[in-house]
Amino acid sequence: MRQLLTGNDAAAEAVKLSRVQVIAAYPITPQTSIAESLSNFVSEKKLDARYMRVESETSALACLIGASMAGARSFTATSSQGLALMHELLHWASGARLPIVLINVNRSMAAPWSLGTDHIDSLSQRDTGWLQFYCEKAQEVLDTVIIAFRLAETVLLPVMILSDGFYLSHFVEPVALPSQKQVDRFLPTRKTRYRLNPKDPHTFGGGVSGLVFARLKKDMQESMEKAKVVFRTLVDEFESVFGRTYAPVEPYLTEDAEVLLVTVGTITGTARAFVDEARKDGKKVGLLKMKMFRPFPEEEVRQALKGSKRVVVLDRNISFGGEGIFCQELKAALYGMEPKPEVVGVIAGLGGLDVTPEGLGDLYQKVMRGEIRSGKPYWMGVEG
Amino acid sequence: MNAAKLEEEFLSSGHFACPGCGETLAFRHVLKALGRRVAVITTAGCGSVVDGYWPLSASKVPFFHCSFGTAAATAAGLKAGLEMIGDRTTTVLAWAGDGGTFDIGFQSLSGAAERNEDILYCCYDNEAYMNTGVQRSSATPKGSWTTTTPVQSQKEEPKKDIDAILAAHRIPYLATASLAFPEDLARKVKKARKIKGTRFIHILIPCPPGWRFQSDLTIRLSRLAVETRAFPLFEVDGGTRYQLNPMPKKIPVKEYVRLQGRFSHLSEKQIEAIQKEIDTKWEELLDRARG
Repeated sequence: MRQLLTGNDAAAEAVKLSRVQVIAAYPITPQTSIAESLSNFVSEKKLDARYMRVESETSALACLIGASMAGARSFTATSSQGLALMHELLHWASGARLPIVLINVNRSMAAPWSLGTDHIDSLSQRDTGWLQFYCEKAQEVLDTVIIAFRLAETVLLPVMILSDGFYLSHFVEPVALPSQKQVDRFLPTRKTRYRLNPKDPHTFGGGVSGLVFARLKKDMQESMEKAKVVFRTLVDEFESVFGRTYAPVEPYLTEDAEVLLVTVGTITGTARAFVDEARKDGKKVGLLKMKMFRPFPEEEVRQALKGSKRVVVLDRNISFGGEGIFCQELKAALYGMEPKPEVVGVIAGLGGLDVTPEGLGDLYQKVMRGEIRSGKPYWMGVEG
Repeated sequence: MNAAKLEEEFLSSGHFACPGCGETLAFRHVLKALGRRVAVITTAGCGSVVDGYWPLSASKVPFFHCSFGTAAATAAGLKAGLEMIGDRTTTVLAWAGDGGTFDIGFQSLSGAAERNEDILYCCYDNEAYMNTGVQRSSATPKGSWTTTTPVQSQKEEPKKDIDAILAAHRIPYLATASLAFPEDLARKVKKARKIKGTRFIHILIPCPPGWRFQSDLTIRLSRLAVETRAFPLFEVDGGTRYQLNPMPKKIPVKEYVRLQGRFSHLSEKQIEAIQKEIDTKWEELLDRARG
């Protein structure tokens, strides 16, 4: 069944279909409509869950940590400052190996205030031990939520799903809604080996030696690596049930591309339109969409960029004093590869600044003329 | 009390607490009163550290260490999660110190209390950040020495009235309790266990290194805190119905203060001022109990 849904609607539908048992959320633009929809689903008994109307994002994630320790499937949604407020507990949730799923509707970080989207909020949480998946379309948001619960509950790490504020969260797109039966087939009830249970008492999270601590952190890293393998298996299984599939990175017309754009989130759709037009004019341009950010899919990135001459990374973020974060990560993935492409870093679309096909055309020309090269990042749209 | 029921222990010996620690004693009493069907959330603090290092744990009940500021929210989430997986009988106990209750955990606690989350929240109040080595909290009494309120810059502000604040949330049950009156403490815990909604029990915990007294004086100081009305014992049902517990004859606060190194710098005049404040607060409490 196809319906017209916003990215936030799609997220809420996915949470319902995933039979989430505990939801705790705090309002923040542009996430709020996910929380509202879920609150309605629970109130109307369309979803058998506890909806906790907490007083902050810190408490939202704390509630889920408690709920997940009980063995319940748990979800929250947030944005920007809310995610930053959760920072301490993001570490706590992954350290406690809790398979919580969170949607962060990307929004810039103040000061100054801006409701526009960029990825600095979620990329600032890169090292918290959460898997991160960036989405381009509403359908992808819905599907990724369902995959995320299965993945999280398999590798015992929490998953963060990223959706561009407004461009994805509030724009309406046709979305294929899976049936409950299909989702139940793909995503069974959560099973927990260890939980807070008076019949089988254990202590969780108390003090450990440095050796034990280091071992546990190594375990987390190994689970991150395992997540890459599990994800590949899950998307195949997902395809057999739902007829759609996903990949950690998605190459588009990369084979003979002289310039290859690397994109994240909704800029991908714009870039796709640009590539299609440019190809008609005989320009050899392609794109690589990054979906998986943590764990970072080095192998897929190397494979996709092998043989390309010039790679332009469109970063909707900036690591101040460094460069775009995807650009950094991508360069690290290419280390030691010969021959390796020239990597050009571009900062694009901060604070929701629109990135248009025309803008990308202009960027392409500048790259081809050698006006923009690797080195310091190029600030698209704010050149002056 | 039924002696047979007191035999089962849920807190082992061999924990990491200091000699004379009131916190472990309170935890032992509370766990005994609650019995087996309990799950405990504890924040950073003495209660977290003294439980032991992996693979050792002094607790024989499910025990989860949460972040410093989130005892109430984590406990509320645990209760919701347990209910959603079909366990409606387990009592969820949040066990937090004064820092985790009066200060960093206050928002989380206020939120949970306002939503009337179905948790039993016990505050073990040793009146400063003892686990980090005696720093001032908002539970520290006026005039008390701590490492961040040295004698030269004494704490000028009175102790935050957490009980009145929680009562103002209209939670179904609130009580203060003392280690010197363990039957009263156990009765309150058992009463709280049967009530649905947010229940708050505030236990005063004398701390030998933090309050600077000999480790054999813990119970005596607990008793003196009650006898001097520095820490009166009472219950509040529904946030408004105050009930004073039978109290021993009142004695001067000087008896309580002079046994503690943290007050040794106080002049007679300062102790008189403390006495006056205690008398005023006592009258206020009597007024509330009269209704």
